[in-house]
Amino acid sequence: MKKDLLLEIRQQYTFYGIVLYVASTVFVLYLAMDQPEEKIWNGLFWMIQLFICVNAVAKSFLQESRGRMLYFYTIAGARDFILSKLLFNIVLMIIMSLISLLLFQILLGNPLQHPLRFAGIVCLGGCSLSMVFTFLAAIAARAQQNAALMAIMGFPLIIPQLMLLMKISTTSFADVIQAGEIRLMLLLAGLDVLVTVLAIILFPFLWKD
Amino acid sequence: MRRAWWKILSILLLVYTVIAGFTTGVPEIGNLYQSIRNFFFHVPMWFGQLVLVTVSLVYSIKYLRNPVARYDVFATEFARTGIVFGCLGLITGSIWANYTWGAPWNNDPKQIGAAIALLIYLAYFVLRNSMTDLDKRGRVSAVYNIFAYCIYIPMIMILPRLVESLHPGGKGVEGNPGLSGSDLDPRLRIIFWPAVLGWTLLGVWISTLKVRTVMLEERQLEMADSKPAAKPKQEYSAVK
Repeated sequence: MKKDLLLEIRQQYTFYGIVLYVASTVFVLYLAMDQPEEKIWNGLFWMIQLFICVNAVAKSFLQESRGRMLYFYTIAGARDFILSKLLFNIVLMIIMSLISLLLFQILLGNPLQHPLRFAGIVCLGGCSLSMVFTFLAAIAARAQQNAALMAIMGFPLIIPQLMLLMKISTTSFADVIQAGEIRLMLLLAGLDVLVTVLAIILFPFLWKD
Repeated sequence: MRRAWWKILSILLLVYTVIAGFTTGVPEIGNLYQSIRNFFFHVPMWFGQLVLVTVSLVYSIKYLRNPVARYDVFATEFARTGIVFGCLGLITGSIWANYTWGAPWNNDPKQIGAAIALLIYLAYFVLRNSMTDLDKRGRVSAVYNIFAYCIYIPMIMILPRLVESLHPGGKGVEGNPGLSGSDLDPRLRIIFWPAVLGWTLLGVWISTLKVRTVMLEERQLEMADSKPAAKPKQEYSAVK
């Protein structure tokens, strides 16, 4: 499992590719929107997160060659493999989210009242986004398809989570206390656990070929 | 016809639903007036859809445990009928919403949930059609079916209760009390539950018919493919 992680980290060109993707997307947004107001800022931020996630995570499965997959198959079990993939993508997505948050703050203005709280929500959101898309990427990779299929499958599934995230994150724009915020957070965390369990149970079926 | 009683029951219940649903006296609830009669048609669609996709889920799990082509056909066709019921539910809901809430689409969480469900199951069919290898197709789409169901169902259970909704039972809205299950008007109740059962049975009936036609088609193709081979594959033997 550690070996998988190491292998991923050594492939740095994808990492920088995604960083560049994030930077250029935010820059384009800056040129198009200048300094949007809070609500648009929030919406834009999560949409960008979604697209970053699709791109970053899609790479992890869709770029693996057949030979490499076979190699992983010989050195690691299905469960270890999916777990390490999940872990790697979570770390990747959290880093990406924080980078894009930073860029958003620099370029698109800073409407946040509680930046730290928002950063925490961003980490949580990045986690759950990357988990769902990691598993969907595994499915899409099995179907020998491009990222388009992943988007088709993923967007309906991710809408509820995104809605939840946007709802929670509105609390960091002003001093309003939203009732049941903790419950929403717990709900999101519970969903992450559910996705992990499902991935562990279901991935072996995708794996054997 | 073996075991035809539930089909007859379904027809009887639906005839009863239509006749009684349009002629019974209805209670005056808020601004619903006579449109409450849609209750016997709109709400059972969701019950029916839920039952159908759950059956689809069960067959997907069965397929993963024991890859028999028959289970895959079952899972697909039940999901297909589920989509049809979902569409009907959306249409009847939109008509109703147009008269009581003023517009066919109000961004109500339940409407969004229903739309998401349709997208999920349409994606399921796109995924299926993207693969040609039968065995792999069955397995991958079964995995997606289970995954999607497990994420989607908790969401529609929890989300509408957390955010404001025009539907009864939403947070912060008293709702139209006649619809909220426990204090359902008895005049509505004696039609509503038979209607739910009737529509659900109809959905199951449609699905089993579809399953049978698909299997017969497969068998025909197989026979045409290998003329000399007399023995059709065991898996495609007709449904009991």
